[in-house]
Amino acid sequence: MVALQSVFLKDVALAYRQRAELMQPLMFFVLVITLFPLAIGPSPETLQRIGGGVIWVAAILSLLLGMERMFRDDFADGSLEQYMLSPTPLYLIVVVKVLTHWLMHIVPLFLISPLLALFLNLTFDMYVALMLTLLLGTPLISFIGGIGVALTVGLHRGGVLLALLLIPIFIPLLIFATSAIESASMLLPYHAQLAIIAALLLFSVALSPMAIAYSLKVSQN
Amino acid sequence: MWKWINSFAKPERAYWLCDVLQNWFAGVAITGLIIGIVWGLGYAPQDYQQGDSFRIIYIHVPSAILAMGAYVAMAIAALVGVVWQWRTAFMFMIAIAPVGAVMTFISLFTGSFWGKPMWGTWWIWDARLTSQLILLFLYLGVISLYTAFEDKQQAGKAAGVMAMVGVINIPIIHFSVEWWNTLHQGATITKIGKPSIAPEMLWPLLICILGFAAFIGWVTIIRMKNEIIMRDLHRPWVAQRFGGAETGVAEAVANVDGQP
Repeated sequence: MVALQSVFLKDVALAYRQRAELMQPLMFFVLVITLFPLAIGPSPETLQRIGGGVIWVAAILSLLLGMERMFRDDFADGSLEQYMLSPTPLYLIVVVKVLTHWLMHIVPLFLISPLLALFLNLTFDMYVALMLTLLLGTPLISFIGGIGVALTVGLHRGGVLLALLLIPIFIPLLIFATSAIESASMLLPYHAQLAIIAALLLFSVALSPMAIAYSLKVSQN
Repeated sequence: MWKWINSFAKPERAYWLCDVLQNWFAGVAITGLIIGIVWGLGYAPQDYQQGDSFRIIYIHVPSAILAMGAYVAMAIAALVGVVWQWRTAFMFMIAIAPVGAVMTFISLFTGSFWGKPMWGTWWIWDARLTSQLILLFLYLGVISLYTAFEDKQQAGKAAGVMAMVGVINIPIIHFSVEWWNTLHQGATITKIGKPSIAPEMLWPLLICILGFAAFIGWVTIIRMKNEIIMRDLHRPWVAQRFGGAETGVAEAVANVDGQP
């Protein structure tokens, strides 16, 4: 327990001290979304129709940018080896690290999305649906993304490869999230989509830490 | 029995098994493909709606089915490799991966050529087309992860994890895409309902599927033999198998270079 707590505190402190680096994916997110009205045209109806999808695509892309930081530094400075040697199961350490990463890197993105919903002329119902899908979907991205990060952490240029590996896997999430937002725009219930995303989340929380732990061992060789 | 199966974890035993199986697979593949394709393209009756252009089914359907099948085979090999630490399982995995990717590509390509006369468009975002496209991306992900590592043992394990993650995801992707498609159905072109197939058309199709399966097995076996030799080039059994230490290595290298 003490070990897990110290892993958590260490990651929070590190993230807090590198605030500038935390901002970069966030700015990327905002910039990508700014491009869409410029490219497609500023008509509010069009923006409303594509808004949910645009925010989700931009969120996935920008999260992929910050994803690498989940294990990269620990791999480089040898902390990862110490985690493996410690009596605390690697499974639990991985869960703590993924959750900390989610808290420090993804929650900011979450907090800025009201502004972007305004940019894209989303209605209030769509906005609620967007926040709910982001709340359920982003931890899913972190947990599944963790597998990809753990596999590519030992490679010199793993960044693009990470995106190639992970984007196909995020497709179901994208489909359900955007369809929830679309239902909300038509004032239809979207519990089904939320339930499916929640189910995927629980499934990945249960299984992916094992895969991450195994992949970290493979990467550490 | 268990011990007998486990003996194939050793590369030399696996190589021997490949040697034994290779000709059988080759025979079934060649006869199956010749009979199936000649029967299907030449003698099977015309479709009453689609005329002769339906005959592309004899390439399209086997490659589409076996693209999925090859992925599952790859993931099972990955599981065996991860759980029982078989080196040869990873060799099989990477031997079948490009074959499956090519099958996926063939199914997409022929599907597109079939779609042009039937639906009037090269590509529509139909559920099956989309999930097949994603399958291709999953294959490419596994292959590129494997090639990114220097150490091939490590590469096998990493790509194995990716293959297993993919195989869990395939049903999820498939159903989500189907669901997505029914939501967006209004705009797409109505598909011709699949008629129950006549037996004169079905038989050549089944033979074609068998021929394709054997063909995939055959190519995979050849690739796997190459992989085993490449990895074990400096082991004594390779030298012994190909006669003499020096000539053995030289011959093995020539063998590897000679085969595609």
